[in-house]
Amino acid sequence: MMEIKQKLAEEFPFLKPRESADGIVGFDCPGSELFSVAKALKSKFEFQTLTDIASVDMGKAAGNARFGAVYHFFSHTKKRYVRIAAACDSENDPHLPSLTPLYKGADWLEREAFDLMGIVFDSHPSLRRILMWEGYGYHPLRKDFPLSGREAPLPDTFEGNEDATEVVPAPEEDGPFHSPSAGSVFASGREPRSWDGKVG
Amino acid sequence: MSAMDKKEFTYPEPAELASGRIGEKMILNVGPSHPATHGVLRLKLELDADMVTRADPMVGYLHRGQEKLAENMTYNQFIPFTDRLDYLAPICNNVAFAQCVEKLAGIDVPPRCKAIRVIGCELSRIASHLVGLAAYGMDAGAWTVFMYCYTQREKIMTLFEQLTGARLTASYTRIGGLARDIPDGWLGNVSAFCSQFLPAFDEIDKLITRNRIFIDRTEGIGVISAEDAMQWGLTGPNLRGSGIATDLRKDVPYLGYEDYEFDVPIGVHGDCYDRWLVRIEECRQSVRIIRQAIEKMPDGPYKISDPRIVLPEKDKVLRNMEDLINNFMISTQGPAIPAGEAFFEADNPKGALGFYIISKGAGVPYRVKIRAPSFLSLSAMQEVLPGHHMSDVAIILGSMDFVLGECDR
Repeated sequence: MMEIKQKLAEEFPFLKPRESADGIVGFDCPGSELFSVAKALKSKFEFQTLTDIASVDMGKAAGNARFGAVYHFFSHTKKRYVRIAAACDSENDPHLPSLTPLYKGADWLEREAFDLMGIVFDSHPSLRRILMWEGYGYHPLRKDFPLSGREAPLPDTFEGNEDATEVVPAPEEDGPFHSPSAGSVFASGREPRSWDGKVG
Repeated sequence: MSAMDKKEFTYPEPAELASGRIGEKMILNVGPSHPATHGVLRLKLELDADMVTRADPMVGYLHRGQEKLAENMTYNQFIPFTDRLDYLAPICNNVAFAQCVEKLAGIDVPPRCKAIRVIGCELSRIASHLVGLAAYGMDAGAWTVFMYCYTQREKIMTLFEQLTGARLTASYTRIGGLARDIPDGWLGNVSAFCSQFLPAFDEIDKLITRNRIFIDRTEGIGVISAEDAMQWGLTGPNLRGSGIATDLRKDVPYLGYEDYEFDVPIGVHGDCYDRWLVRIEECRQSVRIIRQAIEKMPDGPYKISDPRIVLPEKDKVLRNMEDLINNFMISTQGPAIPAGEAFFEADNPKGALGFYIISKGAGVPYRVKIRAPSFLSLSAMQEVLPGHHMSDVAIILGSMDFVLGECDR
């Protein structure tokens, strides 16, 4: 475990070790260097599988490093994980390099991160929405997107949509999980469901 | 001469077929509501006669925004949502989520809790594989197997009902333990189930595994090489069918799986038939694990006693002020989980279900990412399906044993 931590830090001096509770070796990595690190992980450190890409929104307070993605790799030969957290350079136009040339599984994982968090993966072969429909205007996992949803038209090509159906926010106080007392100073800290709309 | 004879009769070309053609090829939409797609999966296929030349699985029809919902509720409130991921093995999902939060908080659950979780997980695995095998057999035209599998699954559902009060949406775990202890005599019922299950399962096995027609339809179909399986991020039986012996229960042990004796079956060719054989053998291995767990079921508490994590007993809540406050705090604010991040994957029947949780030190998670094995299994379809006949598409989909509730989250 320790040895890979040292070797990686030696090879890539810009990697900063990342503390975590679960004992997985983790590093913070600048977005621009992500591809070279992943390439080395695959060819030199036997991480054959890209297990997961978790897009994160660290809130407006994080400034330009607001968006990022946390990558988990797994080695089937060494039976261990490594975690690489890459932050995007810009808040308004978040970009990360695509890992599809290295890992085929990155295809859908990156499409999902693009769809739900709005991170653009450069040189991805077909970066389209995957869980939401084509033409949907928002990235719902961002912290400034309300839990109850926003009004959005369904796509024109949708069959049976001749009368232009719209998706409307859930009823009851702007949504099923909205706290009725969310406006109260006291309630907001106490009631977990009133986190709605607040940026971290 | 009657009017009948004079009537000209031509066979018109179906309008859809004519407009859907691209040169020699045709675009065919399968689903999103189609029995062969096992849920609301839509496949956009490009066909050259009946040969698939391009496949584009379109998912998201069951997207409920579970990750967004998780950011707005306490950890325990999210457990019923995990039931709705892989709804064929709900207890496995409950356990995976609870394990991840416990990892984040540094909680070690009591041995009795671990053993009960293991039994729940392995029963779920059998139940899930039975549905997988049943639907797979049905795709190949073997209807009898379907009923035989469902008979056995029904018995497991009864056991779940006795254990959790619900057949499907179990919501059995809590952060730091379980919802309740096992009822009296339940272990005996599980034992009795195991004894009758093995001969019944042999019968299912004999019905179809050596069936010439079934072998003809599955052998050499949907081959996924070991390298590709790792590349696409396949896990569970789909990965092991391709010959990679990675089982997280053995390799990254959790719940004390390292103390159980069981074998990890792997395939050789990575075709549909291998994936069938792997699932068949995994059911038998699960029975082995359950029997060991029953045999050495430890006594003691089924949850930890940290008052900031688990709810106090109800009779204490009604009598002690302290417990009443704890009860109120956990119910309204959630358990006290420290700030940090944790990633945990459990080897579920569909593959490795992972949770990545970022906590900022409140009763609600800051970010929950669900790593759904079915999502990655389906992503591989764009490469596996082309080159196969249309009639093999249903077989390949059946062999991957995905569930859309988990894929779309």
